[in-house]
Amino acid sequence: MGRQVHPWKTLLLIVICLALLGASVFIVWQADKGIKRGLDIAGGLYVLLEAVPTGDQEVDQGAIERAAAIIRMRVDELGIAEPVIVPQGKDRIRIELPQVEDEEQAREIIGRTAQLRFVGPDGKEIVTGAHLKKAVMDRDPYTGEPFVGIEFDQEGAELFAKATGQYLGRPIYIYLDEEVISAPTVQSVITDGNAMITGEFTAEEAGELALLLRSGALPVELRELESRLVGPTLGERTEEISVWAAGAGLLAVILFMILYYRLAGLIAGIAQIFYMTLVLGILILLPTTLTLPGMAGLILSIGMAVDANVIIFERIKDELRSGRTLRSAIENGFQRAFRTILDSNVTTIIATVVLFFLTSGPVRGFAVTLFIGIASSMFTAITLTRFLLRLTFDAGLIRSGRFVGVKTA
Amino acid sequence: MISFTRHRNKSFLLSALLVAVSLLSLALNGFNLGIDFAGGTIFQLNFREQFTLEEVEEVLEKEGLSGAALQLVQGRDPGGEAAGEGVVIKTSYLDEEERRKVIAAFRERFPSLGAGDVRVESVGAVVGREMVQQALFALAVAVVLMVAYIAFRFEFKFSLATILALLHDIIVVAGVFSLLRLEVNSTFVAAILTVFGYSVNNTIVIIDRIRENLRHKRPEEYAGVVDLSISQSLVRCLNTSLTTLLVLVALFVGFYYFIGSFDLIAFVIAIIIGVAVGTYSSIFVASPLWFTFKEWEFRRRGKAA
Repeated sequence: MGRQVHPWKTLLLIVICLALLGASVFIVWQADKGIKRGLDIAGGLYVLLEAVPTGDQEVDQGAIERAAAIIRMRVDELGIAEPVIVPQGKDRIRIELPQVEDEEQAREIIGRTAQLRFVGPDGKEIVTGAHLKKAVMDRDPYTGEPFVGIEFDQEGAELFAKATGQYLGRPIYIYLDEEVISAPTVQSVITDGNAMITGEFTAEEAGELALLLRSGALPVELRELESRLVGPTLGERTEEISVWAAGAGLLAVILFMILYYRLAGLIAGIAQIFYMTLVLGILILLPTTLTLPGMAGLILSIGMAVDANVIIFERIKDELRSGRTLRSAIENGFQRAFRTILDSNVTTIIATVVLFFLTSGPVRGFAVTLFIGIASSMFTAITLTRFLLRLTFDAGLIRSGRFVGVKTA
Repeated sequence: MISFTRHRNKSFLLSALLVAVSLLSLALNGFNLGIDFAGGTIFQLNFREQFTLEEVEEVLEKEGLSGAALQLVQGRDPGGEAAGEGVVIKTSYLDEEERRKVIAAFRERFPSLGAGDVRVESVGAVVGREMVQQALFALAVAVVLMVAYIAFRFEFKFSLATILALLHDIIVVAGVFSLLRLEVNSTFVAAILTVFGYSVNNTIVIIDRIRENLRHKRPEEYAGVVDLSISQSLVRCLNTSLTTLLVLVALFVGFYYFIGSFDLIAFVIAIIIGVAVGTYSSIFVASPLWFTFKEWEFRRRGKAA
């Protein structure tokens, strides 16, 4: 046999394996803070709200977007890290508030989903918050007195102009649900929709009133469809235990591979560690969120991803048993296994892609995790296992079929 | 060599039985739907002090929730010491104010109950149903595309056999859940997805072998080819199932023994059943089924000739 042995490649092999392990340790350490956790792990409040049509306001895209914007503004004003407040579909709003521990506190933050109404002294409704465009605290440029400036949209301005004409010199009551939050007296007819509420308030009080007016200006009434609150200590424990389970599973799989496939199994084990590293690395780089089922799926993939290596080694064994030389058995084994690995995984990839485009929420997240797992395991088996096995062969460490567990030859 | 084709009627019978029992249970028992799909509210309270279920029931009774289902959560720290003992309470749908009242009542009774030790999930029935419909539709589309892909790479009869084996696996997993009254939540959908991928993957590895061994073979040699191909793939199928099961056992121990989380245990159980059934069906059902389809085809052709 014209086989060339390069003993220095043993050293290269060791260096590469150590470098891979080092990179793995680094990535795993990074993953702790680099991967964004879903609320079921990190803790927090998830709420799905649905808009219900009220008397004069229909639920449409614009109304939902405005309502989401208002809630976002309230949340921002109260300083919660990385909140998610997005319209979903044509009549829903999804809210995710990480780190929130107390539903009561959170609900105060989301604020009153109440209706803001301007009512005349005779109890007749003038205009609702749906027509309120703006409410800000400002100061009189001459006296420095704080006031609240409000602005109506066109329809609101017309209604308000009529009312201020009718109720000149009398109070207008501003209701938030059943509560009067302000009762300014009409001092002049306001035709352009821009009004000022003045009075004896401090800047703070004026600011609060402006916030209340903005808060109350939700264009639609919102009803809770779903609410999930997870205390951070619960998720923390689950993550900790999952990491332990992942470690134990990985160790068991590697031990099994070494016992069954000997040297080749050891190489598969190293490839397996690299596989986990690759997946974690991708999860750090991609803007994905890891949820509990996603994490469980990922750990499960440790056992499944080794499949590509098993297929390759069984092929190499077949080739050896049919009397091929070591080198050609290895090369042929990889070549023939490649097609099998590709065809058997493409179908699952099809499923994950379909699920990605056609579903939402946890199922979609799981599909993403599954896709990353399959793609990475194919890549690792086809490139890294092959590279390491060739290198081991060239280094002269493979002398008989025993390297993959074949007794004869 | 075991003749999988000669004994195929036995495995078909067993599978038919499994599917029949599963469908029967699904028809009679239905699913034990969790709040994700049926709607409702659950509280998980992890106490930092000694408590009894009677005490929990007392608090619930005062709040007018005496019919609530209680489940003890017994966790352990990695050293095996009991830790984080808690309780899961399942009630019908409660709105925000009602939930707040319940938690306040527990805080009063168990002052050490911290804000971080509580999980409250409340789902209206609409949302869950939508998610299932969405997932089912997506899986149906995926099946159609997979049939097309397998037909394109192999042949249509392989598609048919693979998909029948897949449906078999999913029906059995669903059937076991229905029979054992295990709770079905959104994690179950994720588990079915995993079984979906696993089952098809397993079958294709074998039919890929058949395709390869089939070259230049006459119809009367097909049975031998199928048997040989299954035998050649047997070690691979068993080894992959074994490594997957090793990890599943690690997850099961972690979730059951250390956390006591029922949701995640259901996920793991679904996949354990799926892996077992999926391995069985790809060896004993899918390829023998394809062989049967082929036999019909040959017989038809023979008659035509």
